[in-house]
Amino acid sequence: MADDTGGDLHLRDVTKSFGTFTAVDDLTLTIPQGSFFALLGPSGCGKTTTLRMIAGLEEPTAGSITLGERDITHAKPYKRPVNTVFQNYALFPHLDIYENVAFGLRRRRAKDVDKQVMEALALVELPHLARRKPGQLSGGQQQRIALARAVVNRPHVLLLDEPLGALDLKLRRQMQIELKRIQTEVGLTFVHVTHDQEEAMTMADTVAVMNNGRIEQMGAPSELYEAPSTTFVANFLGQSNLVTGRRIAADAEAVTVLCHGQTLHVPVSRCGTEDVDVLLGVRPEKIHLGGEAQEVAAGLNSFAGGIVSDASFMGVSTQYLVRLPWGQDLTVFAQNRGIGEQYPVGSRVTLSWEPAHTFALAGDATAGVESDVAVPVG
Amino acid sequence: MTTTVTTPGGTAGPRAARPAPSAPALLRARRWLGRNALRIYGAVAFAYLFTPIAYITVFSFNDGGRSNLVWRGFTLKNWANPCGAPEVCSAVGNSLKIGITATLIATVLGTMVAFALGRHRFRGRTATNLVLFLPMATPEVVLAASLLTLFLQLAPIGIQLGVTTIVIAHVMFCLSFVVVTVKARIAGLDPRLEQAAADLYATEWQAFRRITLPLVAPGIAGGALLAFSLSFDDFIITNFVSGNVNTFPKFVYVSAQRGIPAQAYVIGAFMFFLALTIVLVADIVRRRRAPK
Repeated sequence: MADDTGGDLHLRDVTKSFGTFTAVDDLTLTIPQGSFFALLGPSGCGKTTTLRMIAGLEEPTAGSITLGERDITHAKPYKRPVNTVFQNYALFPHLDIYENVAFGLRRRRAKDVDKQVMEALALVELPHLARRKPGQLSGGQQQRIALARAVVNRPHVLLLDEPLGALDLKLRRQMQIELKRIQTEVGLTFVHVTHDQEEAMTMADTVAVMNNGRIEQMGAPSELYEAPSTTFVANFLGQSNLVTGRRIAADAEAVTVLCHGQTLHVPVSRCGTEDVDVLLGVRPEKIHLGGEAQEVAAGLNSFAGGIVSDASFMGVSTQYLVRLPWGQDLTVFAQNRGIGEQYPVGSRVTLSWEPAHTFALAGDATAGVESDVAVPVG
Repeated sequence: MTTTVTTPGGTAGPRAARPAPSAPALLRARRWLGRNALRIYGAVAFAYLFTPIAYITVFSFNDGGRSNLVWRGFTLKNWANPCGAPEVCSAVGNSLKIGITATLIATVLGTMVAFALGRHRFRGRTATNLVLFLPMATPEVVLAASLLTLFLQLAPIGIQLGVTTIVIAHVMFCLSFVVVTVKARIAGLDPRLEQAAADLYATEWQAFRRITLPLVAPGIAGGALLAFSLSFDDFIITNFVSGNVNTFPKFVYVSAQRGIPAQAYVIGAFMFFLALTIVLVADIVRRRRAPK
């Protein structure tokens, strides 16, 4: 199937409702051919539903899905050049590994079934298990077989539904590297659904962060991390310190914001809102911790009068919680490079950081913080 | 059987600590009983279950003449000529014919009903479940009487009591059992397997044929075996709706009044050992296929 023209996958104004609940809300998305694309979001954000619509296992309520020139919105799942690695693998328990992998080839009456199956098994490094039954394999092995069973068909698009969710941390890391290698090797378009931001960032070229059936932001992992455009993204991808402030001035380069009596600057390009009330954000590792008396260099943003309320030594870094005069705790990661000072709990400190590491957002400061990211299910 | 049954006479402490030689006989007996109670209980239970079957088997070799109630000596002639008694084999033949037909119809219908109930949400689903349960809960003799009334009503349109009415009646009560058995199997089936099949280019029919059916097959086979044994065995309903057609249970019942011929024992023992063989073969096949 890989020899007819593939092309980019387009979702246009796709909506999926279940009764009164809108799982996916007017979603428009282009996934370029050959890319490793991640749909990232908390459980219930609509990412799996989006994937199932691409696979043909759900029909969109509205909108269209096209693959290259071909409209596949209402095509049956078995008529799409798309294969899925299911969350629980869904290997056929009564067929052995070989027949599981051969299943798609046999349905399409492919030639050289044997050669292709053995190649796919070699790709996942499990050719010696060909005659075993799925029940005799470990979770990690089943995961690889599920991948081989999909990849062997050389689909235009390979869909991965939380494929690493059931594996332990060590195996997950290993499989992340493996998946990335296989994707590069076979050059297929991978659409990977996950709730694990680290997984999405390490593997994908492009990450789309989903929340409540909509895409919050889409871009390269570093772009999303360094310049989140919504508070949800700022909190869901890594940690963010968000402080409320008022815009008081702006010129061609920077916006000036008054935060709890302190004047701070943020580059215009990193200011995502025109509102007067803004949230100023900075990542914990961008903040420099200085002693109370220490002079802050001109041009840096800073908060003085902080008190260390918690310090956890974590090996590579120390994580500080600094209580500011208005009662808010900011998180600071200080690298253990052996040159900076350690600040015990109770120390008075000044926080400073580059304006270029500041971003400004509109909206609710708590969207997407860990506590409302429930443990993933289905 | 393990010997970990706690001895009532002693503690679970090391055996060497017990003053065994000087223990009174009563205590020793109690200890022995404690250790072997489970075995004895098991042996009694098996004896209780298998005595009738052993009796049938032994008396199938009895040189009994007209009545097979008293042991008169060993012979193989009953086994050599199982059709020797009048009407035995025609009755068995009818029972087999009815059993197979009813099983086929009930299994096909029941499997389809089970899929509808297990896989789809529709109006009247709960009601259907309840209605299917009713034949199992209704006293058989009540069903039999009402079926007879029904079939007599149908006489004017050409339906006479006979093989047809027996089959209809048997399908009716076997259906529920097939549905229950197959439905349990479908409930345990992951619907994502069918989705995975569809995702791997299998049409609806291919997904059913290659994935669903093989996985549900043990349930269907179980339902079919249950249906056959229920049908082959049935006396009450059959007796009401059979007209002058003779079946094996009916034959045995009727001849019981003037002495059951030894051939009936032969058939009974043969059916038992046939079933036993099927179970054993199935078990061996299953073990061979199971992971090594």
